[in-house]
Amino acid sequence: MEKRFVYMDHAATTYTKPEVLEAMMPYFTEQFGNASSIYNFGRRSKAAIEEAREKVAKALNALPDEIYFTGGGSEADNWAIKGVAFANRNKGNHIITTKIEHHAVLHTCEYLEKQGFEVTYLDVDEYGLINLEDLKNAITDKTILITIMFANNEIGTIQPIAEIGKIARERGIYFHTDAVQAVGNVEIDVKEMNIDMLSLAGHKFYGPKGVGALYIRKGVKIDNLIHGGGQERKRRAGTENLPGIVGLARAIELATSNIEEHNRKIKSMRDRLLKGIMDKIPYTKLNGHPEKRLPGNINVSFQFIEGESLLLLLDHYGICASTGSACSSGSLDPSHVLMAIGLPHEIAHGSLRLSLGDLNKEEDVDYVLEVLPQIVQRLRDMSPLYESFIKEGGK
Amino acid sequence: MYSDKVMDHFMNPRNVGEIENADGIGEVGNAKCGDIMKIYLKVEDNRIVDVKFKTFGCGSAIASSSMATELIKGKTLEEAWELTNVAVAEALDGLPPAKMHCSVLAEQAIHKAINDYRIKQGLEPWEDRFSDDDDHHHE
Ligand SMILES: Cc1ncc(COP(=O)(O)O)c(C=O)c1O
Repeated sequence: MEKRFVYMDHAATTYTKPEVLEAMMPYFTEQFGNASSIYNFGRRSKAAIEEAREKVAKALNALPDEIYFTGGGSEADNWAIKGVAFANRNKGNHIITTKIEHHAVLHTCEYLEKQGFEVTYLDVDEYGLINLEDLKNAITDKTILITIMFANNEIGTIQPIAEIGKIARERGIYFHTDAVQAVGNVEIDVKEMNIDMLSLAGHKFYGPKGVGALYIRKGVKIDNLIHGGGQERKRRAGTENLPGIVGLARAIELATSNIEEHNRKIKSMRDRLLKGIMDKIPYTKLNGHPEKRLPGNINVSFQFIEGESLLLLLDHYGICASTGSACSSGSLDPSHVLMAIGLPHEIAHGSLRLSLGDLNKEEDVDYVLEVLPQIVQRLRDMSPLYESFIKEGGK
Repeated sequence: MYSDKVMDHFMNPRNVGEIENADGIGEVGNAKCGDIMKIYLKVEDNRIVDVKFKTFGCGSAIASSSMATELIKGKTLEEAWELTNVAVAEALDGLPPAKMHCSVLAEQAIHKAINDYRIKQGLEPWEDRFSDDDDHHHE
């Protein structure tokens, strides 16, 4: 078996597509003018940003004026949550979110708790789905914001966003969704889904890193996060990341032009890989929802072994993946997402996330299906847990 | 993140396995924390003539077990008892700070296996410098 380089960590970040890079290049070297400058050379940069804004708006069914470029997904999340919280303090101090959000949302909420806000962290079921009744019951007359992620970065579970949007709109509460993992994988329509704010990041859909956007529906009362110059219609200061913005727009255009076709291809590879893993490796559990999940996401737990050692061995064979084990994060506990779906610690420690994307080919699936079972067996043969399990008759 | 030594002992662990009818067995750690180490000793004339291990855990836990077993092979029980976690980590050219507890587990597992042997021989167990609550040193 020939060693390959197999990238199955698209949920962490993606490569920048050549078409995207090509669109960006002139804005580094030739058309580099400051979009705020008065001369024509600057105005051409400004025009490029406005064109990019239109593309992003189109991808979400928003208006161009509702799109604000940021320095990535984390900034968009911080802005949406802090901005709405501080601007609506007179109306209430209660925020509703979930236990499985990305840290960009969770740590922002924890920070707001220190500032006197109250946050409800909704539970999820074993598949990672929130319960809409729980959401309704959590709403009080002090609730000013609901922030629930579109799709989870670890287990890929997709939430009932349109239903959440409907509830929020009926109750007159702002609804923000972190769609960083969803863009390009799920059809998004902010109007139809009653989304008031939505975060996205270029590097998750084959665009550049360090650039993102926040959609803010017209009329939402929100404070600024980054203070300074008058860029982004006086709402997000700082000289625009011109090539990044152009790249993000080209990437979202490509990523949303044919979601169905893209998903069919990724999903068929994903399904074959998942089936192969389940067939070839006993004592394996699928984490997340069987259907309501991102097309490229696989998250499984292998009993009796630990995820970091698994990643090291996979890396040795040229395979890039990730785990929710505590040992890989330097913290005491395994991933908060795996804890929230009720996995016992030892099962969470043995988790593996493989996220497929446009870089993958069918040969990658074959290769992983050849390497992974051997690696899992090798670690199990070293594991005292497996030893006792077998001695007890492998029940 | 890991030194070449750690990677070598992780990729090619020495002394993996079990010893049937071992003279001493020590198991420490727990699945909840993500690492368990089990050490088997074969003792003849107060000397460790064979040692094997099984470990559930991260790369540094496996490497620490491998290195620790290498370091005590052929040693007297007194010599093996003196092996500290720091010595295991140093022999591996260092461990990341967050992974030092793996070397502690190795020291503890050896102590437990030696005391298991002593108890089976009707001898007093020696006192471990780590108490049971110290099982884990996640910093
Ligand atoms: C769901 C989710 N939200 C937010 C982020 C943060 O985005 P960024 O790294 O672009 O700041 C990520 C990516 O790591 C993510 O997966």
